[in-house]
Amino acid sequence: MATGYFFSHRHILGIDELSKDDILHILDTADSFKEISARPIKKVPTLRGHTVINLFYEPSTRTRLSFEIAAKRMSADTFNISPSTSSATKGETLIDTARNISAMHPDIIIVRHSFSGAPHMLSRYVNAAVINAGDGAHEHPSQGLLDMMTVKEHKGRLNDLKIAIIGDISHSRVAHSAIEGFTTMGSEVHVFGPATLLPKGLEQLGAKVCTSMEEVVRDADVVMTLRIQLERQNDPLLPSLREYSRRFGVSQKMMSLAKPDALVMHPGPVNRGVELMPEVADSTQSVILNQVTNGVAVRMALLYLVMGNS
Amino acid sequence: MRQCEGVMERSWVIKNGRVVDPANKVDQQCDIIVQDGVISTGDEIGVDDLPVIDAAGCLVVPGLIDMHTHLREPGQEYKEDITSGTLAAASGGFTAVACMPNTCPVNDNSAVCAMILEKARSAAARVYPVGAISKGSEGKQLAEYGELRAAGAVAVSDDGLPVTDSQLMRRALEYASDFDLAVIAHCEDPALSTGVMNEGEMSTQLGLKGIPNAAESVMVYREIALAEFTGKKVHIAHVSTAMSVDLIRQAKARGVRVTAETAPHYFTLTDEAVSGYITNAKMNPPLRTGEDRAAVIHGLQDGTLDAIATDHAPHSILEKEMEFDVAAFGIIGLETAVPLTLTLLHQGVIDASRMVELLAVNPARILGVEGGSLAPGAAADITIIDPKLEFSYSVDQVVSKSRNSPFLDWTLTGRSMLTMVDGAVQFSRFI
Ligand SMILES: [Zn+2]
Repeated sequence: MATGYFFSHRHILGIDELSKDDILHILDTADSFKEISARPIKKVPTLRGHTVINLFYEPSTRTRLSFEIAAKRMSADTFNISPSTSSATKGETLIDTARNISAMHPDIIIVRHSFSGAPHMLSRYVNAAVINAGDGAHEHPSQGLLDMMTVKEHKGRLNDLKIAIIGDISHSRVAHSAIEGFTTMGSEVHVFGPATLLPKGLEQLGAKVCTSMEEVVRDADVVMTLRIQLERQNDPLLPSLREYSRRFGVSQKMMSLAKPDALVMHPGPVNRGVELMPEVADSTQSVILNQVTNGVAVRMALLYLVMGNS
Repeated sequence: MRQCEGVMERSWVIKNGRVVDPANKVDQQCDIIVQDGVISTGDEIGVDDLPVIDAAGCLVVPGLIDMHTHLREPGQEYKEDITSGTLAAASGGFTAVACMPNTCPVNDNSAVCAMILEKARSAAARVYPVGAISKGSEGKQLAEYGELRAAGAVAVSDDGLPVTDSQLMRRALEYASDFDLAVIAHCEDPALSTGVMNEGEMSTQLGLKGIPNAAESVMVYREIALAEFTGKKVHIAHVSTAMSVDLIRQAKARGVRVTAETAPHYFTLTDEAVSGYITNAKMNPPLRTGEDRAAVIHGLQDGTLDAIATDHAPHSILEKEMEFDVAAFGIIGLETAVPLTLTLLHQGVIDASRMVELLAVNPARILGVEGGSLAPGAAADITIIDPKLEFSYSVDQVVSKSRNSPFLDWTLTGRSMLTMVDGAVQFSRFI
């Protein structure tokens, strides 16, 4: 890392805003926090007296729990607000909610929203630091970071790797953050999925678009599959999960094309037998649960860093 | 800056300006004499006694006509009304605007048309109502074009919405020709067009749902096919894509009676302006790519595109200060069209005569209204433009009731200095 480096981000809105040094610094910090979760007494006083609000406009169990555990292990006071998106459109606007919450002087607002850019807008109306916990089809930066942390732990590096991402790239903020992150770190991200789920402009984002399962998986260091949904807002994306699973599901046979020590990753929750065959999800190559463990550490690091600590 | 009220002087001599009047093949320094609201040769009056407007360094052109404006009255007067919208027009150099019928209620009948024209009697610019193609703009039944024409409508359009029923569109082209009403087509395939910005690299980067350029172009082609088959005229609104420009160019070459407009934002901005989730860069059709922008400019140059229209679409902060997905489509444009078009002039893309054709001569021709000419005997609708004046378009200068412009705080070059309708000065920045 460059000398004289300091982490200067007030908000964490997307990996697209982070440099290589930023990412390494976050991962190093997360690494140092990871052992806290292994202690019998899983709590440090670092963020005592700080108020953290989980503002989740979209249902989420895992991410919200992970952020909440991270905040509590740092001794912050946490509060969960889950306005449903429908009542939000009828009632209070996001800006009004933001101003009201801001008036109570929280230190950090963690926001998930079905609209891309909602955390960006929120950050313009509050004094607190804003962490994006997933916005529309845009980004899910803490997920991208925990993915990188997991890969780094197993591969010892984040450069010169072939990362294969398979599935619904169009609607996946996880894929987007992974593409931004891994390419920033010097790895190649290869993507594949049904043509209905491959958006335009992936090459400009830095990804390589493959034309077959064999091509995307061959010699990959990491095989990441994404959760699949048949239809979104009447957009006929796929005829059936059955056909998807046959053509795009990752089987043990397909994994044999990847490097022998390739990692299997998934942001969860897994549709077993659809995008990922059970024997692959449960194989020794699978690091899906390591991802979950690292999620807490990465989120502890983000909470710590946006509070101006280094 | 002043708005003139009360009994107005309607006789003038405009001196020292460069008169650009392509309808009469004039581009030269000369005086324009206005007598009792009409352009005159000055032979019969004592010119020396007339009040002088010194237009030194300025272009003196036929009053600009915006053929695509949303005045929001009746129904959404908190965004704009006929008074504020025409004042914004006059301040931007427009002496006339054609107002789209997507008001509440929709202008699909004589009562709404008459109400608009009644309000327009005291407005700062002429107002040409555009009636609806279909009743309630619901795309099901033709509106009563005879009644609309008699009440003062000059064109029909379901703007804001496409006419999805191709048979209805065909009948509209046919029936409108009986009443000499222009048919203005808002081209959008609603099934393809479910996104919030142009579909491409930027929409993927921002994670926003895209509107493919094909959503516009498939409908442009349908209108061309219908115009070609029926032999009737059609006017394509707000062209934004390279593919649409190509289709219109080819259709014109075949002799199809198609005309088309674009808006200043399509030749000035690209979808990169959305970056940062800027809702003032959200409009429909959306800002496209650099390639589309270049094609639109080329279309303005080679005559494929006939007019520049603003698609002035005022929205309050209630519709714009929110998440990008749910913010309203549209931007105001009356006050920035002249400087943005002048940019093309300064870049040598078009000359002054072509600019006047795009902003005055052709809109008048397409709508079948007076204007676009400074010939003696014509109504004295005149715009005076200082092509070099630099100004910053700051929020406090906005004349429209709404402020939804992506050009706020831009330094713009060139500004309308004076707007005269029927010889009466409606807006002036001289002193
Ligand atoms: Zn329209």
